[in-house]
Amino acid sequence: MKVGIPKELNSEESRVAATPKTVKRLMKQGFEVYIEKGAGLKSNFSDKEFEDSGAHIVNSAKEIYGESDIVLKVLEPTPAEVEKMREGLVLLSYLWPARNQDLLKLLADRKVNAVAMDAIPRISRAQKMDVLSSMANIAGYRAVIEGAYHFGRFLNGQITAAGKVDPAKVLVIGAGVAGLAAIGAANSLGAIVRAFDTRKEVAEQIESMGAQFLTVDIEEDGSTSSGYSKVMSKEFIEAEMKLFLEQAKDVDIIITTAQIPGKEAPKLILDYHVAAMKPGSVIVDLAASTGGNCIYTKNGEIFTTDNGVTIIGKLDQLPSQASQLYGNNLCHLLDDMGKAENFKIDFKDDVISRAMVTHDGKINWPPEPLPVSPQKPKVEVKQKSIEEIKAEEALKAKKKSTNMFIQLAVVGALLFLVGQFAEPQFMQHFTVFVLAVFVGWNLIWNVTHALHTPLMAITNAISGIIVIGGLLQVTDDFSNPVTIVAFLAILVASINIVGGFFVTQRMLKMFKK
Amino acid sequence: MLENFANIQTAAYLFASILFILSLGGLSSQESAKRGVLYGIVGMIIAILATILDTNVQGHLYILIAVAIASVIGIIMARRVEMTAMPQLVAILHSFVGLAAVLVGYGSYHDGADTVHLIEVFVGVFIGAITFTGSIIAWGKLDGKIRSKPLLYPGRHAVNIMLVIISVILGVLFVQAPGTEGLIYLLIMTAIAFFIGVMLVMAIGGADMPVVVSMLNSYSGWAAAAAGFMLSNDLLIVTGALVGSSGAILSIIMCEAMNRSFLSVIFGGFGDTPVKGSDQVIEGEVTSITHEETAELLKNANSVVIVPGYGMAVAKAQYPIREMVDILRKEGKEVRFAIHPVAGRLPGHMNVLLAEASVPYDIVLEMDEINEDLPDTDVVMVIGANDVVNPGAQDDPSSPIYGMPVIEAWKAEKVIVMKRSMSVGYAGVENPLFYKNNTDMLYGDAKESVEKILGFLRG
Repeated sequence: MKVGIPKELNSEESRVAATPKTVKRLMKQGFEVYIEKGAGLKSNFSDKEFEDSGAHIVNSAKEIYGESDIVLKVLEPTPAEVEKMREGLVLLSYLWPARNQDLLKLLADRKVNAVAMDAIPRISRAQKMDVLSSMANIAGYRAVIEGAYHFGRFLNGQITAAGKVDPAKVLVIGAGVAGLAAIGAANSLGAIVRAFDTRKEVAEQIESMGAQFLTVDIEEDGSTSSGYSKVMSKEFIEAEMKLFLEQAKDVDIIITTAQIPGKEAPKLILDYHVAAMKPGSVIVDLAASTGGNCIYTKNGEIFTTDNGVTIIGKLDQLPSQASQLYGNNLCHLLDDMGKAENFKIDFKDDVISRAMVTHDGKINWPPEPLPVSPQKPKVEVKQKSIEEIKAEEALKAKKKSTNMFIQLAVVGALLFLVGQFAEPQFMQHFTVFVLAVFVGWNLIWNVTHALHTPLMAITNAISGIIVIGGLLQVTDDFSNPVTIVAFLAILVASINIVGGFFVTQRMLKMFKK
Repeated sequence: MLENFANIQTAAYLFASILFILSLGGLSSQESAKRGVLYGIVGMIIAILATILDTNVQGHLYILIAVAIASVIGIIMARRVEMTAMPQLVAILHSFVGLAAVLVGYGSYHDGADTVHLIEVFVGVFIGAITFTGSIIAWGKLDGKIRSKPLLYPGRHAVNIMLVIISVILGVLFVQAPGTEGLIYLLIMTAIAFFIGVMLVMAIGGADMPVVVSMLNSYSGWAAAAAGFMLSNDLLIVTGALVGSSGAILSIIMCEAMNRSFLSVIFGGFGDTPVKGSDQVIEGEVTSITHEETAELLKNANSVVIVPGYGMAVAKAQYPIREMVDILRKEGKEVRFAIHPVAGRLPGHMNVLLAEASVPYDIVLEMDEINEDLPDTDVVMVIGANDVVNPGAQDDPSSPIYGMPVIEAWKAEKVIVMKRSMSVGYAGVENPLFYKNNTDMLYGDAKESVEKILGFLRG
């Protein structure tokens, strides 16, 4: 089967749907790979690199769309591109089906089987094909770098000979994949990071990435079964706005990542928030492409407001890595669809049935909702009060000492019984025995775990001391059965002594630093 | 001089006891361990010389012959044994102690003995006999000569109790018999004890062998102590007690590490709980990784922890692993090994296997030492281990291994599990670790896999 990769036409788009590495992978899956001339240039992949990894270079997009079985793309195709597509083509691309109804119709009319990579359901099985996650991760990281660049000051606190530098404060709104990546990046640059999210369940993730979780005093959880957050109540939003205002006065960089699938991004940073911010502060709006979380955001632009706040609506894509990750996502999906040999469109597959938005001339959008909960709700553990715990401990200690007392009484009684009947000589040996057990008990607990095998070997050797029994019994008369028995005893016990010591020595010699 | 000899002998025995105690105490660290062996050897020589120099001892020629033959056998055994076969060697040496205790018991049965002595003989032979056959079966199972599946029959506890009661009755008859007529009772009891030893170990499955070997280690000590009582010899009593408690401690450690009760081990009643599946449904998907990607991951990691299991030793992968560790450490990475107490088939077995492959012992850590570092670890490689890294032991109360202490591999950034297939471990439990998002499986023979990774690391 032929896989084709056209050049991206949008001048703002520098990614490509395949890299030399993913080409190799596609070929391993059994595909023939055709790539348009110069497709990878903006991501720093030359035609030669593609050729070396086994792809055929094609001169025009027309050939790609006209002759391939599968086309891999990044951005949604333009109507002109759809024109070039042949019937029955499988297209894997971003499509944003919720806001591109017209495009869906065009694709359906062309009988193109189009998979919207942005519509891959967020179930754990499909994580490896989730382009939103893989791209969001890059965006989150880049948002911090971009923000730090425009902020123009240290992010970490320093105490130098010249004086003290305070760490920068970063607020991340929305702790999805991008938000968490931003928290991680900002934290590792040394900033103080705070994060807000309406979903209470992400608090733990936020804290584990090194940020402080901010929340409002209203009991409402924004989690939904789709893994995205829902629209919140009016009271909640008011409290949220108040919180943002307090934060806006304090923080240096705000990174917003709040998006709702298929809808315009919620407006979270309003005029008075921006007005409250210190001059030199930065807002990085990762929702710029869907309208922005800040009311001033201009998609694709970076500008400074009158009060000196820089608002960033445009991010570099780190194209070569982004292409690599995107390409991997595509490869995983093709893996799932059966590779070249068993390639098929299986509507029983949850991933295909939701992400394939046009099939056989029909539009398959919007799909049935598929509930997934990314995390189970936390079960409240009843906290015990300090008094209760103390009382419990005291009870336990009391029980323990009573038990100990009973045990000692039993042992004492037993010893008394033995003493009643046994001879003095036996009691003497018995004393030695009991004391030796105690010595051994304390001695062996000190042996390091690493030497337990040598310990067993050396105890083998010294328990060979039983040889003394044989030595005392053997006589000069070999016809005496006792002599034979004793001879055998000496023989086996000596094997223990010699073998045990020898093998212990051998093992210990191996232990080197 | 001669009148004094008894005192000198006692002094020598006391000195030998001290040396034995120091010898075991030396094993508290690797540095002092070699000195410990020396103490043990010196103590043994002193004890034997002090015994032989007694004018009452006869048959010097036979003693010499026996010791000479034993030395040759002992040295050959000790030199030839492979470190993976250490458990077999230890088991067979236990059986020798048991056999010696039986023989010494018979040897010290003579006309006109008092009741206490007779009881000592009887008990000594009983323990020795159980140790003897039990160890032989353990050896056979470890060596693969006897199938390791537990042999269970209904009512075996009742049968065992019956046999013990019969032995006690025989003991009473034995003590009351005039002259040496009690020999027949002693013989019957020995046969019964042999049988108990066999059945005790036959009932135990392959996974529990470390506990059994530790337990037999303990029994062999008690057998030696019992011989000491027969002979009224304090040195034997002390040594037997040391060895007995040593084995008991090892058994306790093993039991705790496997979350089993000590009492059920002593009576051989464990290993019979039917393995039932966990009620928890495992979420997630098993993902695999290639050797090249693994090498790439290791190159980018700062800290690596390797969790070896017996599977590693079976595949003899410890040698290429050591090479891999050398390469990674040369690049300034922190590489360590995490050893679960039950890794291997003997307590501390894995440490010996790694030491044999020249892995420095200071990077080989115990489970408790390393668990707290795992959340900050970049890559954990699980090689031939399964149950000891099962998160179900902590968070799934329905899991058969719930409560067993485990190495918390899943807390690391990335986990690579090297395995031949998706089969379950000894405990027969599914491992949710394999389904975690940060876990990737690397299928194949451990040795070949590590060698392939080595290739990518070098190139």
